[in-house]
Amino acid sequence: MLLSTGSNPEGHGKNAAPGPRDEPLLVADGIAKSFNGVPALRDGRLVLKRGTVHALCGGNGAGKSTFLNIVMGLLHRDEGSIRIDGMAVDFRSAADALRHGVTIITQELSPVPEMTVAENIYLGREPKIGGLVVDFPKMRQAAKRLLDDLEFDVPVGARMRDLSLAQIQLVEIAKALSHRADIVIMDEPTSAIGEHEVHILFNALKRIKARGSAIIYVSHKLTEIFEIADEYTVFRDGRFIESGAISSIDRNHLVTQIVGHEVKTVEKGKPNEGAPILLEVRSLSRGSHFKNISVTVAAGEVLGIYGLLGSGRTEFLETIYGIHAPTAGDVFLDGARVDPGNPKKCIQRGMAMVPEDRKDTGLVLCASIAHNIALSSLALRAVSGFVRRKAEAAATDRMMRLHRIKAASPNVPVETLSGGNQQKVVFARCLLTNPRLLICDEPTRGIDEGSKQEIYAFLREFAAKGNGVLVVSSEAPEILQISDRIAVFRQGRLDHVVDGHETTQQMLTDLAS
Amino acid sequence: MVANAISNVATGARSKSIAAVGPYLKSFSIVIVFVVISAFFAVANEYFMTWLNWVNLLRQSSINGVLAIGVTFVILTKGIDLSVGSVMALAGMIAASLVTSTNQHFVLWAIVAGLGTGAALGLLNGVIVTAFNVPPFVATLGMLSMARGLTLIFSDGRPVPNLSESFRWIGGGSVAGVPVPVLILFLVFAIGWVVLSYTTFGRYVYAVGGNDKAAKTSGISTRTVIASTYVISGLLAGLAGLVLTSRTTAALPQAGIGYELDAIAAVVIGGTSLAGGRGSLVGTLFGALIIGTINNGMDLMGVSSYYQQLLKGAIIVVAVMLDQFRK
Repeated sequence: MLLSTGSNPEGHGKNAAPGPRDEPLLVADGIAKSFNGVPALRDGRLVLKRGTVHALCGGNGAGKSTFLNIVMGLLHRDEGSIRIDGMAVDFRSAADALRHGVTIITQELSPVPEMTVAENIYLGREPKIGGLVVDFPKMRQAAKRLLDDLEFDVPVGARMRDLSLAQIQLVEIAKALSHRADIVIMDEPTSAIGEHEVHILFNALKRIKARGSAIIYVSHKLTEIFEIADEYTVFRDGRFIESGAISSIDRNHLVTQIVGHEVKTVEKGKPNEGAPILLEVRSLSRGSHFKNISVTVAAGEVLGIYGLLGSGRTEFLETIYGIHAPTAGDVFLDGARVDPGNPKKCIQRGMAMVPEDRKDTGLVLCASIAHNIALSSLALRAVSGFVRRKAEAAATDRMMRLHRIKAASPNVPVETLSGGNQQKVVFARCLLTNPRLLICDEPTRGIDEGSKQEIYAFLREFAAKGNGVLVVSSEAPEILQISDRIAVFRQGRLDHVVDGHETTQQMLTDLAS
Repeated sequence: MVANAISNVATGARSKSIAAVGPYLKSFSIVIVFVVISAFFAVANEYFMTWLNWVNLLRQSSINGVLAIGVTFVILTKGIDLSVGSVMALAGMIAASLVTSTNQHFVLWAIVAGLGTGAALGLLNGVIVTAFNVPPFVATLGMLSMARGLTLIFSDGRPVPNLSESFRWIGGGSVAGVPVPVLILFLVFAIGWVVLSYTTFGRYVYAVGGNDKAAKTSGISTRTVIASTYVISGLLAGLAGLVLTSRTTAALPQAGIGYELDAIAAVVIGGTSLAGGRGSLVGTLFGALIIGTINNGMDLMGVSSYYQQLLKGAIIVVAVMLDQFRK
């Protein structure tokens, strides 16, 4: 294997410079945990060195979350040992872990919307005058210094509800870092932020490790791992697989270790010349979100939409699908105009949508797999309002097998499934209405590499049957891998439509920014 | 076997933990609470376990049961209906005014008028909630006051007595030894259960309550579904108003005050989540029976009504605490 030294110029060598002591900051060994007799983690191991970013990699169900929850004191381990600075520790709560210099930044944001940025950062530990009155000027100063140090461009006096999602995420990160922790755990910190913020965050991470702290970094975005991490550890099926310096491996090796076997990347077929137009969007506008967009999707085509967060891409998809009404313009499917602002009619006409946030808009989490899969198509199979249970069970079964949804039974609530399986449930629901146009907004967000490739293969296959796919993604490699043509959105406008076979990642990011 | 499992999930009794057995456990636990309370009263008072007393107990529970079934639909969509007590008073009053000795109409018209009044007020609740985005708590709190005001205006604050015999049959009659209100309760329960478990509408109610955005993305007209649940709640409040008026043999302007609280208590004891999307009518039915049993049992034991209030409140809170603890 070739050593891709170029990918990580200031990687391992420089940062291996020892901290105060040579010994690792954290050593976890033989960690095991079972739930109701089912092992979630069999042998979790991690050696974290000072001044490094350590990527913890693994598919869904690999045991990463269980492992991190144990390190954080949120779960109690069945077996194994954890030592920090050589001292055996056994945290009983997150507060306990925090006292020992371990902090976590999760994907779940928890801002208090009516409070200011400064108040959120110092919530529950406000500086006080005489132990009673909150010292607001001091708090603002401290917050400002913190944000300035991290180079996060967020006004300390602003209320959280007025901030963008990316800014809220930065505030949460700043809040965690304000604890001056030695060990910072980051679980998918970039899932809600754009490329610009990712860049700011990575600069901050470099400063944090320079001061001798260490970061455990979890992300499904491998590009990020190769950009920021110094070392890596792979878990698979609850076991430690391997670890090492990231500069000594390449992307393929990492994917193979995570998935457990070689992953074939999906090949695109040749675009079908002269295929009929399936979807035509004419001069579609919606307020300040996007203006005057015209685009087509031919039968058999995958049209990718690439653009940064806030470029209007999500609103565009949602408007086509009828969740919002456009302020101007029309949508045509198979040459006939689609009634605006009505998802029900869009589904009847042959559209289906996989929304961006499966927990927020994609799934009824407390309902069963079967009920979620059947939700969009219940009326199709119903007889005078009564659900046909046998037909429903058969359809659900077929979809679960087709999409390889792994679950004990169709009747378990979807909230118990992994992210990848949840996303497959969303796909299954969409397909049961027999759509001709599938609209996907970030279809692989937060799911593992193996499941991603399955979804890519599925989308290509779906298009190859003469259907159309409209897919938004903020990951350039993903959009390049699956799209026949790529529409590049920038600030609510469609600037370029480029060929998906000839464009490079660099060209794409240049066009979008 | 599989169909059986699906139908059990469909009743909506879902549990977060062990999904496969959860539904059984959950429906089961409310039955256990009911049996334990009944056993206690059976030991404490020998009259409690007689057939006559149980007929009485069921009749006493029927009005609250019918109200609670309607309110279950609303709560499943993450809403609340505080207006059912007042709506039943107005519906009963309007129906009664059509069957007095001085203004005698065919009893069917009185029934239609009562049910129509309930459904209309429910529709108004639904429209205010869905079309004008008024929080259900506020919309139905307003209706609680408005419907009571209308009842007082309509009756001039006076009872409407001397109702026709055929109307009095609704609350006082019986078929083969079973009181008509009890038959009404079981009929309403059966229809409601079929609607929630076997129809697309029932499925939509759960979906909208579980995640309204996902329901909308799935092509469900969420507003229509939500508004419909308020119509159902209003309609059943109207029905309960007919039964109450008929049983008291006069329409009272102050009838049904506080009934919404017992109805909501029955729903909550029955395990339906106020956060929407989870719950079942089986739970609600037993919730209403538990409240009825507590009232009936304490009456038999001669507990003063002051202490009854205190104990009933405590039992409601403890029942839900146990439920949370079990999760």
